[in-house]
Amino acid sequence: MASLADALLDLREMDRLARLDTPIHRLEPRAKVLATALFLAVLASFGPREVSSLLPLALFPVALAALGGIPFALVVRKVALGLPFILVLGAFLPWLERMPALQVGPLVLSAGWLAYGSLLARGILAMATATVLVAATGFGEMCAALDRLGAPRAFSQQLLFLHRYLFLVGEEAERARQARALRAAGRPLSAREFGPFAGHLLIRSWERAERVHLALCARGFEGTLPKRVQGRFRRREWTFLLGWATFFILCRWRPLPVLLGSLLPGGAP
Amino acid sequence: MSHHLLDVRDLRHAYPDGTLALDGPTFTLHHGEAVALVGANGAGKSTLLKHLNGSLRPTAGEVRVGELPVHPGTLAQIRRTVGMVFQDPDDMLFMPTVLEDVAFGPRNQGFPVGEADARALEALQQVGAAHLAAKAPYHLSMGEKRRCALAAVLAMAPDILVLDEPSTGLDPRGRRLLVDLLRAFTHTRVLATHDLDLALRLCPRTLVLHRGRLVADGPTREILADRARMEAWELEAWPPEG
Amino acid sequence: MHMGDALISATVGGTFWAVSGASLAGASRRLRREGDESRVPLMGVLGAFVFAVQMVNFAIPGTGSSGHLVGALMLAALLGPPAALLVMGSVLLVQALFFADGGLLAFGCNLFNMGILPIFVAFPLLYAPLARRGRPGLGALLAAGVGMELGALAVSLETVASGLTGLSFRAFLLALLPIHLPIGLVEGVATALVLRFVARARPGLLVPRPEPIGRRVLGTILGAAVLVAGLLSWIASRQPDGLAWATARVAPALGAAPGAALHRLAAGIQQRTAFLPDYALPGPDVNLLRQRSGTSLAGLLGGAVTLLLVATVGWLLARRRASPPEA
Ligand SMILES: Nc1ncnc2c1ncn2[C@@H]1O[C@H](COP(=O)(O)OP(=O)(O)O)[C@@H](O)[C@H]1O
Ligand SMILES: [Mg+2]
Repeated sequence: MASLADALLDLREMDRLARLDTPIHRLEPRAKVLATALFLAVLASFGPREVSSLLPLALFPVALAALGGIPFALVVRKVALGLPFILVLGAFLPWLERMPALQVGPLVLSAGWLAYGSLLARGILAMATATVLVAATGFGEMCAALDRLGAPRAFSQQLLFLHRYLFLVGEEAERARQARALRAAGRPLSAREFGPFAGHLLIRSWERAERVHLALCARGFEGTLPKRVQGRFRRREWTFLLGWATFFILCRWRPLPVLLGSLLPGGAP
Repeated sequence: MSHHLLDVRDLRHAYPDGTLALDGPTFTLHHGEAVALVGANGAGKSTLLKHLNGSLRPTAGEVRVGELPVHPGTLAQIRRTVGMVFQDPDDMLFMPTVLEDVAFGPRNQGFPVGEADARALEALQQVGAAHLAAKAPYHLSMGEKRRCALAAVLAMAPDILVLDEPSTGLDPRGRRLLVDLLRAFTHTRVLATHDLDLALRLCPRTLVLHRGRLVADGPTREILADRARMEAWELEAWPPEG
Repeated sequence: MHMGDALISATVGGTFWAVSGASLAGASRRLRREGDESRVPLMGVLGAFVFAVQMVNFAIPGTGSSGHLVGALMLAALLGPPAALLVMGSVLLVQALFFADGGLLAFGCNLFNMGILPIFVAFPLLYAPLARRGRPGLGALLAAGVGMELGALAVSLETVASGLTGLSFRAFLLALLPIHLPIGLVEGVATALVLRFVARARPGLLVPRPEPIGRRVLGTILGAAVLVAGLLSWIASRQPDGLAWATARVAPALGAAPGAALHRLAAGIQQRTAFLPDYALPGPDVNLLRQRSGTSLAGLLGGAVTLLLVATVGWLLARRRASPPEA
């Protein structure tokens, strides 16, 4: 992640998108979370050198983004953030697995290249899907979904607080950083300065938390937040979930692109 | 019901680091009164207010609300009677949407979701913020946050309204709206402020805190106009000269 | 050290989800039992703090590079281990969801590497006893260093067990352990500096006497570590991808089910058409290669057409959504 300021901007953008009103946004969040979980499990269950058979899965994030009004540019930006890591980690593959695996005309691809391609495809699909899921659901709704799917109460509740105070604490940190930078004449934060810098921020956050807690107690808080208004799993949700589940399983068991390719002129074996 | 709604007797509070923030204020509040608590920064205003709903425990002395002494055993009842609007609305609003947040108090009071939402919406209407119900608190302006925080307390239908620096961070228009709003209320009100104009407009009676001591208690207009004493309490006289 | 979803197989991801999920549930129960649930707002705000402070880089003297705080150890010192784990979990989840920093399937792995290991192993075994003897700085340094190395070790194990990168365990260790040693030490120094500042400015905040770990808990941790390591090496030695292997084992058992014929048909088609059925590549078998090049081309062409189709569908859906509904 580049900088705190960018991160906060990004968060606001995601929040804005989460408040759109589209068929995808209107789905009960649990349906989206479960479908995504299934998607990721199926994606991860493909073998290490499969590339083309993964591709039909792209329909899931693409369709969700299209129907949910999530700009493709945002998805691309998020994916681009995470991609360098995978690019570097997989870079050894073509070199490690040199046995030929695929010949297209004069070009012979080694198993390593296939594995590399597979790694990239997985990374892109997984990151794109996670981005679309959050953007089309919203954080509060995600917490509620996690809660209802059985996540520990304390966990989902403090996630809610984390998200709420991310902006305040983040902006406080950013202001402090800028204030320091203005007087530092380009000298980066030294390790010695870091203690007081982070320490101040920590104490301020802590005091904020104490005030929040007082304010909560003043309104009758006794340890747990009341349950949120709950949506229900209706036909729409079942259709969504089962429809995608069927599609994922189909993708897993039949290499659709290969079938498709063999129908094309020149593609038949 | 007693005529005295709020009784503060020889209240002392020392913070863990030894700071003596309150040094013996004693006063009584009556039904329907609007009282300003003024004092310089660090005079002890917030500390005093936090004792009124039991957020802080006194080191010595006593606070009574109606017939009830404020202590851990009576907190639930006290907090139903005394509604506290914190200085920083960001400390209060924490749920994903304004409506859920304002409904938080009523739900803790045991109302079912539908009833709590209805109360929340009514409170939001009272402060002219019904259109914000579906918004996320962190997307609001300061003025909007203040109204929502006020609604969050009103939704619990308290008898006494305690407000800490309600005009900080508001632009002139936001401040005027707040004044109009608070003037319309019939609750017993205590508001801590160093905004003397606000005190003058809203509260016939004023208490002055200076370094933890209650140094004046009387009609607002007279106290604020006493230049010499105001100077001694590190405050500016109001209205200003010229 | 955030792992993405691309690197892990379904089995490894699932296993660590189970481990981390159980730890979160356990920590949550502990919190409730000790009546600490009212600290939930504090935990949330500190989570926001950790998230923000992770993005503040500072210069590492004498290297020209910069580092940042991860925060697990600091959280453990401030809140105690169970609450610290919940906070770390939520920070990692936010990073995965909003910033594609670490995957969702890999969340279990990431929480294990960056949460459970430093908080439930390094903190009680190294930080707590040294802090009790009045050496919190040394404790932070050692605990952070060891915690980070354990994390790197776990990353290696998880990646190799997933079998998607092709690198050997040894290669991974050689690459990761040395890199993470200085990172761990920097984490230790930063943690010590922040804790020292807090100890002076607000002495009340730090857990007064971090409890050293009891024998039973220690036994549990060691047992779990052995179990996890064993499981991982077992998976790694079996099959590159555990779930594929598991499905292959389970599928015949479903033979009696009515869907079996369909399944067999599907499997048959896959056998005939996939250019690398079973992805167990034997040696460089030229015949095999020649035999498959036709279908491989089909795969390639088909892949391109698939992408084109997906893009078209996406475009159509987006356009339909954008155009106002007809009255
Ligand atoms: N948590 C605290 N710990 C120690 N001292 C405090 C704390 N909160 C307030 N104080 C001190 O108590 C005094 C009164 O503070 P406060 O009631 O906030 O004043 P006011 O609201 O009038 O500005 C000040 O000197 C302040 O520094
Ligand atoms: Mg104050």
